[in-house]
Amino acid sequence: MREIMHRDALREAIAEEMRKDEHLFLMAYDVGKYGGEHRISGNLYEMFGDLRVKDAPISEQGIVGCCIGAAITGCRSIVEIPFMDFMPLCMDMIVNQAAKLYHMFGGQMNVPMVILTAAGGYIRAAQQHSQCFEAWVAHVPGLKTVMPSTPYDAKGLMKTAINDPNPVVFIEHKKLLPMKGEVPEEEYEIPFGQADIKREGTDATIVATSYTVHLALQAADNLQKKGISVEVVDPRTLVPLDKATILESVKKTTKLVIVHDAHVTGGFGGEIAAIVADEAFGYLDAPIKRVGAKWTPIPFPSVMEDYVLPGLDDIEAAVREVVG
Amino acid sequence: MESLKKLDKNLVSRMYEGMLKIRHFEETQSRVFRAGEQEGFTHVYLGEEAIAVGACLNLNPDDFITSTHRGHGHMIAKGGDFKKMMGELYGRTTGSCLGRSGSLHIADRSIGMLGANGIVGDGNPIAVGAGYSILLRGTKQVVVSFFGDGATNQGTFHESLNMAASFNLPVIFVIENNGLSCGTITASVCKVLENLGDRSVAYGIPGENIDGMDVVEVYQTVEKAVDRARAGQGPTLVNCKTFRHHGHFEGDIDIRDEADINEALSHDAIKEFEERMLKECLITQQKIDEEHKRIQQLVDEAVEFARNSPLPKPEDAMKFVYAE
Repeated sequence: MREIMHRDALREAIAEEMRKDEHLFLMAYDVGKYGGEHRISGNLYEMFGDLRVKDAPISEQGIVGCCIGAAITGCRSIVEIPFMDFMPLCMDMIVNQAAKLYHMFGGQMNVPMVILTAAGGYIRAAQQHSQCFEAWVAHVPGLKTVMPSTPYDAKGLMKTAINDPNPVVFIEHKKLLPMKGEVPEEEYEIPFGQADIKREGTDATIVATSYTVHLALQAADNLQKKGISVEVVDPRTLVPLDKATILESVKKTTKLVIVHDAHVTGGFGGEIAAIVADEAFGYLDAPIKRVGAKWTPIPFPSVMEDYVLPGLDDIEAAVREVVG
Repeated sequence: MESLKKLDKNLVSRMYEGMLKIRHFEETQSRVFRAGEQEGFTHVYLGEEAIAVGACLNLNPDDFITSTHRGHGHMIAKGGDFKKMMGELYGRTTGSCLGRSGSLHIADRSIGMLGANGIVGDGNPIAVGAGYSILLRGTKQVVVSFFGDGATNQGTFHESLNMAASFNLPVIFVIENNGLSCGTITASVCKVLENLGDRSVAYGIPGENIDGMDVVEVYQTVEKAVDRARAGQGPTLVNCKTFRHHGHFEGDIDIRDEADINEALSHDAIKEFEERMLKECLITQQKIDEEHKRIQQLVDEAVEFARNSPLPKPEDAMKFVYAE
């Protein structure tokens, strides 16, 4: 099968859907001729023109609000917030408007839109370009939260996100965007709420999201050489969350390590740990371990960033600890 | 002041009827709310009737408006149904939002009323989006965004006017300049308050500063702005100077000087319009009395309807979180 980059898989998904719906548009700063801050929009401007691939001023509230207004009057849109660190600028629009209108107005107006953003560290981008706020988003009823880890998942989930009648926060990772993976030529969608077992194992379960799925897989490779068999579960969407697959895996392996590069404190890993403690406590043979960023803003130099963010050593150590 | 005889007779009576409908609806609303018949918070539009009515008389049923936390007047002016409105204010299933949002988020998509909004200034980006949707769908609709002087100091004001101007969108921004930002005297926090319409210069669009107590002046100013918008000539900013009869919300304290309030109350938009009509022999005192009575009866019927409407079920709270 052909291999394409994660960012190209996203662009393919967007282009395929834009061809089908003339009222679907992409709006953000830099998405036009420039081709997107992460080169996701690429040549979409040439393909679909200025009105549907719209450069906007650097006005996050204005952009997201504009797409909400368009959504409740008959259009669909994809907004790009290039760095998730900028999302606090428009959290009001996302949380108070996009997530609420359908409920507030008793179902009169729904808000079909995708808020595409790139989170995460490991790229030496310092305190204001390295954060993961998926737990903020996943805390708000009315929003859906997507975090793919492969080009295949990214494309299928993006197509589902565009066709979803609700606001979907689609969280990319800067480290993932240039990574290549197998993506079939034909169109497909991946339903929300279906976790993917990226590697089967018997001794411990790692639930990892986004870029850290790849760290978990590498850690699993290393641990296999030492005789420890690790299962890696990628939820792919946090809201809705496929609890069943996670619980089933934990019931089989009896140990759980959760990995994300967001901060451990208040991170989504805490939610998964609570669900497992609540619904599969009797199956656990060891305490649940969480691996994530240390409690500090993310610094820029590699010597410090690699210390703060979870690495292979941290993941392997956590698995060894639960396996005992 | 222009002679009313120059205007279409039917238009004059619609101006009068529109203002009376808001006045009677809200005086009753204030009374029943203060009597404890409704839960929550309510912000009334009393005193500002000429703005909503003058602006909305230029609109077609399929044109859009965005509103504020003080939204009853806008909804009535756009053609809102008294019974559905009162049902909503009473939190009953017959309400326009099925009784789940009350006064703060009253909305009716079927008449283009995109919702009263609890976040000051958030209507503007949504109006921009409705305008963008009009452009993308290629219709001749327009959008009127109502907001207060307080909202002009939110970032959304700047972002929205810049975007609407840059994208040449059919949006009319109507400031209801009552000199109050919630409970704060706006003049104490805003150096240039009187002529907020002059801010249009910063965006390269037309701006007007008008008497918001004169329904004819509002109508004629917005008429020009709507004509421009429908002709593809972009947005307009209209600053309407007005006076809010009550405090920020019903039951709130009022920090304004009592003498100032009494002076302002002596220039009531409806009373002065009645005097104009009488002077120009367009109406008789008897007809005025009849009109008051007729409209009050409609309000009373709506109150009775709402009082006798069913309450939602507790579990209805869980509906409309996500659209299917």
